[in-house]
Amino acid sequence: MTRILALVALTTAMTFGGARAQQLTPPDTLVKQVTLEVVELIAKDKEIRGGNRAKLIGLINDKVLPHFNFVSMSALAMGQSWNKATPEQKKRVTEEFKTLLVRTYASALASYSDQKFDFRPLRAKAGDTDVTVNVRVLQPGAQPVPIDYSMEKTASGWKVYDVMVGGVSLVANYRTEFNNLVRESGVEGLIKNLSAKNRALEGADRK
Amino acid sequence: MKLLCVAFATLLTGCATTNGDPRDPLEGLNRKVYVFNDKLDSWVLRPVATGYRNWVPGELRDRVRNFFGNIADPLIGVNNMLQGKFEDGFLDWIRFGFNSTFGLFGLHDIASDMGYEKHNEDFGQTFGRWGAGTGPYLVLPLLGSSNVRDGLGSALDIYLDPLGEVRPYHLEYGLWATRLVQTRSDLLDASRILEEASLDKYVFQRDAYLQRRRNLIYDGRPPRERDVDTIPPGEPK
Repeated sequence: MTRILALVALTTAMTFGGARAQQLTPPDTLVKQVTLEVVELIAKDKEIRGGNRAKLIGLINDKVLPHFNFVSMSALAMGQSWNKATPEQKKRVTEEFKTLLVRTYASALASYSDQKFDFRPLRAKAGDTDVTVNVRVLQPGAQPVPIDYSMEKTASGWKVYDVMVGGVSLVANYRTEFNNLVRESGVEGLIKNLSAKNRALEGADRK
Repeated sequence: MKLLCVAFATLLTGCATTNGDPRDPLEGLNRKVYVFNDKLDSWVLRPVATGYRNWVPGELRDRVRNFFGNIADPLIGVNNMLQGKFEDGFLDWIRFGFNSTFGLFGLHDIASDMGYEKHNEDFGQTFGRWGAGTGPYLVLPLLGSSNVRDGLGSALDIYLDPLGEVRPYHLEYGLWATRLVQTRSDLLDASRILEEASLDKYVFQRDAYLQRRRNLIYDGRPPRERDVDTIPPGEPK
């Protein structure tokens, strides 16, 4: 009896899960919606425009964070060192890396000043589960800056696992730094370094 | 110019300190030059560029950026031609033609508004396109991140720069200085983000430079690098 119940529960979950997966927002639409929404919210918010960093980070946490897969990002940034970390260490690296990336993202957004976006049509096949969404930031007198989001399909929607700005992959750019630190002082050393960096930046904010 | 040659000679004969990265065999020396550049930047260039951004209206800064962008377009066109991209090269010259006339001596980038986008080319990229390897990573005094190939490219870029033709000399130097301050002011946000994001600024900037140059040589469409052995098995990608 319990077995049948479990089976029913499982099929129901699968059916509903499946139905939801059918209606996932396409990755390019998602990027466009989130970008425009965030830019509009910032434009309307006097406090954020005036430099309220905590409020901006709160906005990013609400609107942007759910669409990123920070475990993937941390794993890619650590490369081979990821396997040397215990599950608990992986969690802490992910947490610290997330804090650092959100802060970096906040800095980038804070310097945004009415540039125009050009959302490129998605070049992907119907069944693809790993795509790149291209956006370009247009500015007068200079080459447009491409921003490419690498995204993977998951049960809870499309998630960003890397951002490339002007051809520079964010996670790849951390790889050498992370590997150097792991080689010098182990995964613990990396975590210590990341959290020291985050605390220093937090301190600078309060000044 | 002389400074560049001296820098090269020093770097090529200089002590080869190895910190393990095969792309950067001169890391020890590079880091010293990096510290020198960084000090010079934070004492002189960054404060001047910050003042420029705070005190000069954005509208005027746009004109200055457009002006220098415009006089660079002919040589960008030459580089596109040298790389076999004749259509792009031709468009660069069209840009120069439109912007120099209807755009009032390049003060307005009307070509971009018409859909003729600006390109990013230089001799380092041309050499790369022709198949030249990068050679070791170099940090050049004043010029910053480079490598043997791009350093030689930059020497040629500077040699052929239209500002070199400007006379009298004080006007020429004034224009070089203005362009430098304009360029630096455009990078103020990026350099602050770099500062915040990196654990080791030298490494972060070096890796970003190498990625960026590779991307530029392939005009934004580089072949995928072999990433397979860096992605741990069994992990979400």
